[in-house]
Amino acid sequence: MPELELTINGQGYTLDAPVGTSLAHLLREELGLTGTKIACNEGHCGACTVQVDGVPTLSCITLAHTVRGEVTTIEGLRDHPLIDAFVRADAVQCGFCTPGQVVSAAALVAANPDPTVEEIRHSMAGNICRCGTYPRIEEAILTWRG
Amino acid sequence: MARLIRTEKEVEGRFEEVWLVVEEDPLQQWPAGPQAVVGRPAPRKDALQRVRGQARFTADIQLPGMLHTAVLRSPHAHARVERIDLAPALALPGVRAALGPGEAKGLEREPAFGGAAVAAVAADTFAQAHAAVRAIEVGWEQLDVVLDPEEAVARKQFTAEPTVYERGDFDKALAQADVVVESTYRTSVVVHNSMETHQAVCEWIGDTLDIYISTQYIWGVRSAVAKELGIPGDKVRVVCEYMGGGFGSKNDPGEYTFIAAELAKRTGRPVRCALTRREENVAAGNRNATIQKLTVGARSDGTIVALGGEFINAVGASGWSAMTEGPMQMLYACDNVRTTRYGAKINTPPMKAFRAPGFVEGTFGLECLVDELAAKLDLDPLELRRRNHANGNDGKPYSSKNLMECYALAQKHWDRRDEVRARSDGAWKHGVGMASQIWFGGGGPPSYAWTRVTSDGRVTVITAMQDIGTGTRTAMAQIAAEELGLPLDRVDVVLGDSARGPYATLSAGSSTTPSVGPAVRAAAADVKRQIIEIAAQRHHLEERVLDLKNGNIVSADGNLSQPLEELVGLLENAQILGKGARGPNPTGMSVLTFGVQVVEVAVDVETGEVRVERVAAAHDVGRIINPLGARSQVEGGIIQGIGHTLSEQRLMDMETGRILTTSLDAYRMPTIADVPEIVCEFVDVPDEHLTSLGAKGLGEPPIVPLAAAIANAIRDATGADVHELPISREEMLRALREAQERAAERTKESVGAR
Repeated sequence: MPELELTINGQGYTLDAPVGTSLAHLLREELGLTGTKIACNEGHCGACTVQVDGVPTLSCITLAHTVRGEVTTIEGLRDHPLIDAFVRADAVQCGFCTPGQVVSAAALVAANPDPTVEEIRHSMAGNICRCGTYPRIEEAILTWRG
Repeated sequence: MARLIRTEKEVEGRFEEVWLVVEEDPLQQWPAGPQAVVGRPAPRKDALQRVRGQARFTADIQLPGMLHTAVLRSPHAHARVERIDLAPALALPGVRAALGPGEAKGLEREPAFGGAAVAAVAADTFAQAHAAVRAIEVGWEQLDVVLDPEEAVARKQFTAEPTVYERGDFDKALAQADVVVESTYRTSVVVHNSMETHQAVCEWIGDTLDIYISTQYIWGVRSAVAKELGIPGDKVRVVCEYMGGGFGSKNDPGEYTFIAAELAKRTGRPVRCALTRREENVAAGNRNATIQKLTVGARSDGTIVALGGEFINAVGASGWSAMTEGPMQMLYACDNVRTTRYGAKINTPPMKAFRAPGFVEGTFGLECLVDELAAKLDLDPLELRRRNHANGNDGKPYSSKNLMECYALAQKHWDRRDEVRARSDGAWKHGVGMASQIWFGGGGPPSYAWTRVTSDGRVTVITAMQDIGTGTRTAMAQIAAEELGLPLDRVDVVLGDSARGPYATLSAGSSTTPSVGPAVRAAAADVKRQIIEIAAQRHHLEERVLDLKNGNIVSADGNLSQPLEELVGLLENAQILGKGARGPNPTGMSVLTFGVQVVEVAVDVETGEVRVERVAAAHDVGRIINPLGARSQVEGGIIQGIGHTLSEQRLMDMETGRILTTSLDAYRMPTIADVPEIVCEFVDVPDEHLTSLGAKGLGEPPIVPLAAAIANAIRDATGADVHELPISREEMLRALREAQERAAERTKESVGAR
């Protein structure tokens, strides 16, 4: 199995994985980083969102061997102020899509600390929430700095 | 003393009589309005775990040696497996076991819909299992397929005998009516598409089966699996601490659980069986389509004198025929009502309960019909509804009803009509519509809770219910904290494990909070009584002068204020244990929820695009336990409703029964960009007849009236009568054309008359 080197949440890993392994599968099954969820496994819902060099990336349709850059998962964002903002705003129901929402939102506020509602909607439209927490997510991002 | 009684239980509009043991004396309800903890906004107890990705879902369970399952599903809508050869699959790398038809419940020899499970393979990896399933050789005999529900009704292919209801004399009343409106409404299949697909992990430990499952009903899974396998219930342990959405589709074990249990037995290893997203869209159940032929007759003053309907539920290959006629029977005062409901058995994926099953569909039909009546009578639709307000349900009084108060809350939103219509500009027409809501939501017995007070003065509530994302864990903690005079952060809730807590009801039918909540309060009152007894002896005071407030034991004269942890700390490792049970619902009363929604829309009459701009919701669900979580339920229900009203369309090839929309880019659920302004209000008055809480459920009511309110707003904006869900651009343009033709006809008539 071809070797690959990855930096995930600041830690370096040297791993073996079959060609064709998705980044999401690798994170969850090989590294136990189960905060990244797989909900559709074909890049339609955003639950598997991680950052690669700060850019939101659908890890379920990203081949692990093609990743060139630093990966940040929800486990690397556990102390981000957005976490508390999501809790305060009640921006979570079942919580299955929520880590992906936080990862996308963290990328947004890193690039644009004071996004407008329109900018939030544009950036977050790729993350589906079946429970419909969207108004709360919007509020969490608008108030992320506390 | 334990008292054995017979009482009525309701789930999703289906009633049954049950035996119940009543143990406690009833507790007095708290006064209306916010208390110290109950009625005040509380962030979720488990929010941090969920937001940080630390909550462990069934999808995250990884047991040592765990195998993965792939399922062979029927490519035909109706077929018989003539021969099947599993050997080629078993020969492939990593494959550990395979099952054919009849070897686990849900593996069908005669699949009756495309997507029904037929065979399954367990392998070291999912990829291996998937490859092995493709190697299974099947000889199919294709059978006769019926996909059209009306054809099924004509052939008398029913899931159950037709249900006929009549009160008064519908025909006579209709003949005497000043105005009659008849319309046919159609609603489409809606797929739950919970973010976590249906799945279970099964492991045999000795003769006990451990099931980790994404479920809405731990105890239902326990009893169904025990019954199927012929083992005692206590030999089945069901665990679900977190689950990624259900919306009604996860009330039973499903074939995946039986498959995983059997494969685990054969291999001696833990086995996961999880549906893929594509399987989820064909095999996990759906809200069924309906056809509703409705009639209303009214006097010229707007008094509704006759209501009639023929309802066809396109149930599918299996499932139950929900009470689509319920709103017609229950929402308005009308002495003459006749309804007939057919459950059509067809070769399509099965119906499973979906957030207020039947009432979502039936409210769309009825509330559009009532608005068409208002238009014909030239009456204000809100006024028409007030005039027909019902004061009882089929002769039964309500335990509480504050629909008029909901209307009063809605009035200011309704009064925006002129202002909204004036925004119409060019092709974009603006309008306002409304619809009322009626649904169940009173919960019922049995449900139980235990409480445990430890020497550090903390309380744990233990009940084997589930929090499916609605925030019930937090509501239970609030109820216990309120009863015990403790701050919320001193209360924990242990749930989600049938081996570690007492029975609690299913999380469906808006029933968790009204069912389990009173049991939690009773269990908290039980330990509170014991704490007071202990304090009275310790301080040589009478019990009646002692109370628990803010974490302290206090005396009425103010001389004593001792921290709880100091008193119970005396006991070191001893614990104070309490228990509580849910009592019966009030006898002879109808326990229902009510509400109204006012919707503002914009319609592009050239392209048929519809935008929902604002939704104002006013609901009456008794006492609100957590205003923060309650608002989220309302918003979530409304957003889900916007999906099935405007964009979600499950497409099927009507020749073959093949489902064409199996991915989330084809089946379009709302995104954050589709969300309107949402205003959420509650009457928030406890139901004085319902339990020690006076609280009803809120999971379902907000999705009930939305589709009709949107359709009625479209009529207000454009004059077009929408008759079908979803309101696709095609349906919108059809309705606009029809309205234009009607207007042209009228012009011609009036010219001719001149």
